[in-house]
Amino acid sequence: MSFTREKDHGTPPALATGRNVTLTIDGEQVILPEGTSILRAASLTGTAIPKLCASDNLESFGSCRLCLVEIEGRAGYPASCTTPIAEGMVVHTQSEALKQLRRGVMELYISDHPLDCLTCAANGDCELQDQAGAVGLREVRYGYDGATNMGQAKDRSNPYFDFDPSKCIVCSRCVRACDEVQGTFALTIDGRGFDSRVAASEGQDFLASECVSCGACVQACPTASLIERTVVESGTPDRAVVTTCAYCGVGCTFRAEMRGEELVRMVPWKEGKANHGHSCVKGRFAWGYAQHRDRVLNPMIRSNVTEPWREVSWEEAIAHTAAEFRRIQAKYGRTSVGGITSSRCTNEETFLVQKLVRQGFGNNNVDTCARVCHSPTGYGLKTTFGTSAGTQDFDSVEHCDVMMVIGANPTDAHPVFGSRMKRRLREGAKLIVIDPRRIDLVKSPHVEAAHHLPLRPGTNVAVLTAMAHVVATEHLYDEAFIRERCDWDEFQDWAEFVSQPGRSPEATEPLTGVPAEELRAAARLYATGGNGAIYYGLGVTEHSQGSSTVMAIANLAMATGNIGREGVGVNPLRGQNNVQGSCDMGSFPHEFSGYRHVSDDGVRGAFEAAWGVALDPEPGLRIPNMLDAATDGSFKALFVQGEDILQSDPNTQHVAAGLAAMECVVVQDLFLNETANYAHIFLPGSTFLEKDGTFTNAERRIQLVRKVMAPLNGYADWEVVQLVAKAMGLDWDYTHPSEIMDEIAALTPTFAGVHYDRLEAEGSLQWPANDAAPHGTPTMHMDGFVRGKGRFVVTDYIPTDEKTGPRFPLLLTTGRILSQYNVGAQTRRTGNSAWHAEDRLEIHPVDAENRGIADGDWVSLKSRAGETTLRALITERVAPGVVYTTFHHPDTQANVVTTDYSDWATNCPEYKVTAVQVGLTNGPSDWQRGYAEQTRQSRRIAPVEAAE
Amino acid sequence: MNMGGPEEGVMSTGERLIYMANQIARNLATEEPGRAAEMVAEHIRLFWDPAMRARIVALAAEDAGALTPVAAAAVARIARA
Ligand code: SF4
Ligand code: SF4
Ligand code: SF4
Ligand code: FES
Repeated sequence: MSFTREKDHGTPPALATGRNVTLTIDGEQVILPEGTSILRAASLTGTAIPKLCASDNLESFGSCRLCLVEIEGRAGYPASCTTPIAEGMVVHTQSEALKQLRRGVMELYISDHPLDCLTCAANGDCELQDQAGAVGLREVRYGYDGATNMGQAKDRSNPYFDFDPSKCIVCSRCVRACDEVQGTFALTIDGRGFDSRVAASEGQDFLASECVSCGACVQACPTASLIERTVVESGTPDRAVVTTCAYCGVGCTFRAEMRGEELVRMVPWKEGKANHGHSCVKGRFAWGYAQHRDRVLNPMIRSNVTEPWREVSWEEAIAHTAAEFRRIQAKYGRTSVGGITSSRCTNEETFLVQKLVRQGFGNNNVDTCARVCHSPTGYGLKTTFGTSAGTQDFDSVEHCDVMMVIGANPTDAHPVFGSRMKRRLREGAKLIVIDPRRIDLVKSPHVEAAHHLPLRPGTNVAVLTAMAHVVATEHLYDEAFIRERCDWDEFQDWAEFVSQPGRSPEATEPLTGVPAEELRAAARLYATGGNGAIYYGLGVTEHSQGSSTVMAIANLAMATGNIGREGVGVNPLRGQNNVQGSCDMGSFPHEFSGYRHVSDDGVRGAFEAAWGVALDPEPGLRIPNMLDAATDGSFKALFVQGEDILQSDPNTQHVAAGLAAMECVVVQDLFLNETANYAHIFLPGSTFLEKDGTFTNAERRIQLVRKVMAPLNGYADWEVVQLVAKAMGLDWDYTHPSEIMDEIAALTPTFAGVHYDRLEAEGSLQWPANDAAPHGTPTMHMDGFVRGKGRFVVTDYIPTDEKTGPRFPLLLTTGRILSQYNVGAQTRRTGNSAWHAEDRLEIHPVDAENRGIADGDWVSLKSRAGETTLRALITERVAPGVVYTTFHHPDTQANVVTTDYSDWATNCPEYKVTAVQVGLTNGPSDWQRGYAEQTRQSRRIAPVEAAE
Repeated sequence: MNMGGPEEGVMSTGERLIYMANQIARNLATEEPGRAAEMVAEHIRLFWDPAMRARIVALAAEDAGALTPVAAAAVARIARA
C-alpha cells in the first residue's frame, strides 16, 4: 500500500432509520440515508467541501465556518457539517460568495498561525495547509504583527507527542476526541475568543493531567499543534501497511505508517472492525521495544545455566536444539519433553509449536500461557454452551441496556473496548461492577455504576449464586427461553439448588461482604433491565473456582435469556492479543485445534492422515504438571516460545525449581527474559512488525498481521520452528504462513472457510467461518447452542484453601494497569515507563495506619510461598483487609508470593487470592537481592574471540 | 541461590495430586456420590496424563485415608479401567 491519508467524510454516518432522501448537490442527484449531513453527503459523492473543525469520528460542531454552502430557498450560508440533508434540497457548494467567505475565514486563521510550513513537521500532512490551498488563499490582509498566540512554550511532557499551542486553531477536535472517542474528558478550551486555548485538565501539562495518552487528540488535530514526536524526528511517512496490534485481546488494527524501512507511527485504522479508528497508548505508541538495544538478535547456547552465553550461528543453534531433544528422549523416554506456545505469537506459529510437539516429539505435552489466564473460560463455556469462546462481537455493546462487568478492569486492560463501554454508558446503559476494587469504571467522568458489589476476593461463586437465588426465587427468569433453548430438567435442578435459603444474599453477606440489598437490586437490574451483557476478566478465572464462576455466569445468562442475540451474551475479555487464537489452535495438552479431545479417534485419525504419523491418544502434561514432573526427574526438556513462565506463573520458586531440574530449556523470545535465566538455548524471536500471520481477538475475530520490515534476527518465529522440525527429521515445507492457515482450515471445521485471500477480501472473519457461515459469525448461539441444549450446571461455593489467619491477615489480589503489559518485557522498554516506573502495593488507609505505613514507604509483602518488597500506595480503592499490586516488573516479582493453589478443573492458578502480611521494611528482600545477582550472572554473554 | 525459603503450604507432587483429586471431588459434591465418582474419574481421564493417573492410583493404594470417599471411588474406577 502506498501512502494516502484515510478519507474523512466530515461527520459520522447517520443512525440507521431505513429511510432515504433524494437531493441535488451541485446539479447531481444524490440518494442517501436520512440524517446524513450535507458535508458527508457531498464527500460520499466525491465533492470535498472545505472543513476544519469536522471529522467523521466526531459529532459535528459547527465552529470553523469553513464548510458553508448555499441551499436554494434558504437564506444565508448554513454550515454543511451541522445541516442534515432533506428531501428535494438543492445544494451549491461552490459560488463566488462562498469563495470569498471561506477565504475570509481562512485568512483569520492563517494570520494567527506561524508561517513556517517548510520547516514544520506536519508539512504535507496538514489540513490547515490543504484547506488554505483548497480555498485558494493567496494573501493575508491582516498582517502578522497584531496580537497572536505564537511563541507560546511547547508542552513536551508526554513521551510520545508534543503540544505546540502556537499552531493551535482552537477547532476543538482534540477536546471532542478526548470526550467522545476516548471518554477521558482530559481537555478543555480555556478562555474566550482570541484568548481561548486548549488546556489539559486543570491547566497541567499533559503528563500530569488525566490524559491516558491514547492519541485520539493527536489523530484529530488538523495542524501540527498535537503531533507525534516520531514524526517530528523522522519526517512524514511515505507508505502505510495495515496490521494488527500485538498487545491486548481487543485486537485493534493500525496503519503502520512507514518512511522507507523505518516505522514512523502507528495510526489506528478507521476500517478496523474491533477498534473503528481508536487506540490506546500501548498499540499507538509503545512499539519502540521492537528496536530496543536489549533485543537479542543472535542465537546463543550454553551447557550450564551458570555459564555465560555463547553466540552461535543459526545452523549450530538449530542442530543443537534438535540433538538435545532427541538425546533426552532417547535417555528419559518419549514423554520427557514438551513445549509451550505463546498467546503473543500468531495462530500459525502457535499451530506449528503444538504440531512440533505432537508430531515431532510424539506426545501431547504442549500447553500455553492461557493456562494461567483463561483456561477456565475454555472449560466453563464448553461445558455450558458447547464451545470455548465469547458469544458476541464488540459492536454488540451498542445494543446492551445493562452491562455487568465482573473481575475485569477494561479501562486499563482493554482500553479501546473500555472506551466503547463508556460511550454506551453515557448514552444511558446501566452498569453493574462486581470487583473487590473500585475500578475506574465505577465512577469516572459522566459514568457511574448503578451498583458496585465490592466482594471479598475468592467469593465470586457465592455472589453469583446469590444473584441466581434472586432470579429464581423472585421468578425473574425467562421461562420461554429456557424451555426452548436449554434442558428444562437441568434448569429445575439448578433453580432448586440456588433457591435454598443458605444461598440467599442475606445468608452469604457475612462471607462475601456484599450488602444483600445492593446485590438484590443488581440481580433485578440484570434480569429485568433489557438486554443484559456480561463482560468478565481474570478476576473470574484466576481462582480455585475459576471454572465454576464461568459456569455460574453462563447459568445467569441462560436463566435470564440473555444469550443468542445482539446486545447480550457472555464475553471473556482476553488478556493477550492472541489468547483466543492460541487456545483455538490446539495448544492445550488434551485438545487438537477447534477444541477436540485427543482421544477422539475420528479427529485424531484426520491429523494422523495429514501428518503421516501415529499420534498419542492420551492427554499430555499441563504447565504446572510439567514443572512437578521436572522436579521429580521425569521431565527434562522444554521448548518455550514467547512466554516468560518464571515471571508470569505463580509461586516463582516452584517454577524456578522445575526449570532448574531440566537438562535443556529452549527460550525463543525477543529479550533475555526471566525464564532465560534457566535456559540452555536462546533462539531470538521476531516482533509482530517483522512477520506475516494472523491473531484472533476476544470476539473470535481473525485478523491479518502484516510484515512491515524484515526480521532483525533473520527469521520469523514460524520459520525458526520449521527449522527445528526439519532438523528433527520432519518433512515440513511451508513457504508462507498462509499455507499453515490452509492446513489449519483443512483440519478444523470451525476454520474451514479461513484462508488469507478471504481475510484480505473481508478484512477479518469471526469464527466459525465455514460453508454454513461464509462471512463468519458475529453472534454465537443464535438458533441453538453449539452443544444443542444449553446446560445449567450446579455450582457450589467452596471457599479457597488459601485462608487468612493471624500470620497472614490480608488478602492480596493482582492486576494490571493501562500503560504496562503483562510482565512488562515490551512496555518497560518504551516511553510507557513514564507512567508506571515500578509496581506499588495498594493498601487501605486503615490497614496502613495499623502498621505505621506511610504513602511511598518500602514494605515487605509476605505469604506462605515467599516474600518480596515494594513501595506502598495508600488508597481507598481497595477495601480494608485487601491489598493489590500489579506484576509488570521483574524486580518486584509479585509471583514470588502467589501460591500454587489453582482452579479445580483446569489448574489455572489462583493469582487473585493470596493471604499475606504487610510490614515496614527498609529494602529489598533476600530473595530479591539473590535474584538480582543471579540475573546479572545469567545474562552474561561471552565476548567473541578474535579470529586467528 | 537463596530462594527465600517457603515456610509451609508448598506441596510435593504426590501431595498435590491428592489435593487435586480431592478438590475436583469437592467441586462435584452436589451430585449423588456414585455419579460424582464417575464424573471425577471422567475428569481425570480427560485431563491428566497417564503418568499422573498411574501415580494417583499408586498413592491411593499407599495411603487409603488420603482421598475423600468420592475421590477414592473415582481413583478406584481409574485403577480398574
Ligand atoms: S491522548 Fe487521549 S486521553 Fe490524552 S488528551 Fe488526547 S484524547 Fe485525551
Ligand atoms: S490542538 Fe489541534 S485539534 Fe486541538 S484545538 Fe488546537 S488545532 Fe484543534
Ligand atoms: S486496546 Fe489493546 S489491541 Fe487496542 S491498541 Fe490498546 S493494547 Fe492494542
Ligand atoms: S467543518 Fe463545518 S463548521 Fe467547521
